[in-house]
Amino acid sequence: MSTAPSRTAPPAPAPPRRRAGYARRREHRVAFMFLLPWFAGLGLITIGPIIASFVLSFTDYHLLRAPSWIGFENYQRMWDDPRLHRALLVTIRYVLVSVPSQLALALGLAMVLDRGARALPLYRSIYYLPSLLGGSVAIAILWRRIFGTEGLINNVLELPGVSAVADVLGIVPTGWVSHPDHALDTLIALNVWTFGSPMVIFLAGLRQIPSMYYEAAAVDGAGPVRRFVRITLPLLTPIIFFNLVLQMINAFQTFTQAFIVSGGTGGPADSTLFYTLYLYDRGFGSFDMGYASAMAWLLLMIIAGFTAVNFFASRYWVHYGD
Amino acid sequence: MATDTRPARIVRIPARRSGAPATPHRRRRHRWHRSLLIHGGLILFGLLMLYPLLWMLSSSFKPTDIIFRETGLWPTGFRLSNYAEGWSALRHPFHHYIVNSLVIVAGSIVGNLVACSMAAYAFARLEFRGRKVYFAIMLGTIMLPVHVVIVPQYILFSNLGWVNTFLPLIVPKFLATDAFFIFLMVQFIRALPRDLDDAARIDGCGHWGIYWRVIMPLSTPALATTAIFTFIWTWNDFFSQLIFLTDPDLATVPLALRLFVDSTGETSWGPLFAMSLVALGPIFGFFLAGQRYLVRGISTTGIK
Repeated sequence: MSTAPSRTAPPAPAPPRRRAGYARRREHRVAFMFLLPWFAGLGLITIGPIIASFVLSFTDYHLLRAPSWIGFENYQRMWDDPRLHRALLVTIRYVLVSVPSQLALALGLAMVLDRGARALPLYRSIYYLPSLLGGSVAIAILWRRIFGTEGLINNVLELPGVSAVADVLGIVPTGWVSHPDHALDTLIALNVWTFGSPMVIFLAGLRQIPSMYYEAAAVDGAGPVRRFVRITLPLLTPIIFFNLVLQMINAFQTFTQAFIVSGGTGGPADSTLFYTLYLYDRGFGSFDMGYASAMAWLLLMIIAGFTAVNFFASRYWVHYGD
Repeated sequence: MATDTRPARIVRIPARRSGAPATPHRRRRHRWHRSLLIHGGLILFGLLMLYPLLWMLSSSFKPTDIIFRETGLWPTGFRLSNYAEGWSALRHPFHHYIVNSLVIVAGSIVGNLVACSMAAYAFARLEFRGRKVYFAIMLGTIMLPVHVVIVPQYILFSNLGWVNTFLPLIVPKFLATDAFFIFLMVQFIRALPRDLDDAARIDGCGHWGIYWRVIMPLSTPALATTAIFTFIWTWNDFFSQLIFLTDPDLATVPLALRLFVDSTGETSWGPLFAMSLVALGPIFGFFLAGQRYLVRGISTTGIK
């Protein structure tokens, strides 16, 4: 609709300065039109709810009754809630174990692939596939079955050759998902399985390292290990940092896998009670929306805290060119 | 991206090998052995990773009672009865749930394409007050966990009477709430030469004309990436569908699978696997068709 003025406006005659001012004002207006949906979404779907969530966290609200102001009571309850502590512990353990393992595997394979695998696109696609599927209900169902008492893992462990090795390592076939000591490990394994997306990012990063560095190092007699430690790793630190921040934030939000594998309970014995699972249980299981809002804010603070620590620590190990 | 670093690698390999005291013939054989080892390892690892999927595929053709007695992949008898049984195991035939999912997916794709490209055009090409601040806010919302805003969103949509409709899952996409895609398209549009805009302006195009006739047609790769990712994420989405769709008639594919698990428990794994594969099929199809866009999308923005 605002194309009309520009179509009719003759290109030359107006004095340059006035025209520039007019064009700029028109550009503001057009920009606002282009951004209108985004502004609406920002207000109604994002920032509004963040604020509302904050306000609701100080109320007792069960959806059908009007919210009543209770001050810090929700936060007080959180402080005393053993299941919430459990959920925090489970989630943080999951994040701290699965993300570094996943990134190490991703970096290792990216290095191997970058070393000149001729069929790189093929391998890259195969390794990337689990990243697309990993969050789905179907894969969670499969996982629950693979690690079940009669599942694939136990079948493999009982194969003649494998069982001897497993005995030595002390691995005994068990119901992995139904055992409180192992259930979380199966979910960690699932997250590690989706190492493909950080791997693709690492591959792109490896391509950016100029080959002349390696040539110079080779001339100076540096072996492959030293080249990795002195060239690849430092130059890749911004990418490692990026992946670390991204995957940590993602891992904190894990829901589907834990929900399906544990049948929605976070069991056995709350061993897979992820924070998001408990939040769902409070907010949409018992419709305790005030408490769920307080939990949501705590989650936001925790993720922001972890990210801030990441950024702070990055000053000591991330190198941004020179 | 794959081609422009080829020369670099050709240079690098001789450099690494330069210390090896060998005739060209021996060197070549050495390299051949090494590459065989690497490829063998990579293939083996790939198979190990895909084994669970292949096992599910073969299990979907086996009778439930023998699935767990066999570790091998090749089904002894090839039968489709698991698929037939799974298709009609729930209250509605399975295509009912597929249609529900597809409606949400289609709405989301259209919404994301329209709203995110408009916002991206403004950020990439227009000057306006507060552009940097808004851009920073936009980037900030990318990382915002949905769990933080879900409670007030639920209250909002429930007051509008939208719970148990598809609207809470589609309408936000028309308001460009998937900021990932704005960022992806901003990156893409910024790389397009501005001369094209100027040429169009001289030919009498306004901003809407430039957006629609110049930028959009040239942004097809970014739009394709957006559409593919939107498809996969929406198709896989479980959390928000679980919250907003409690009526079993409106269940989407992931919700239907969950109903399946709950209703049959541990008894009918064959049909359950069959329907899980039906659920994974479209993702796999998009993966095969759109790999190029997917890989480029991840490499440039780091999204999943």
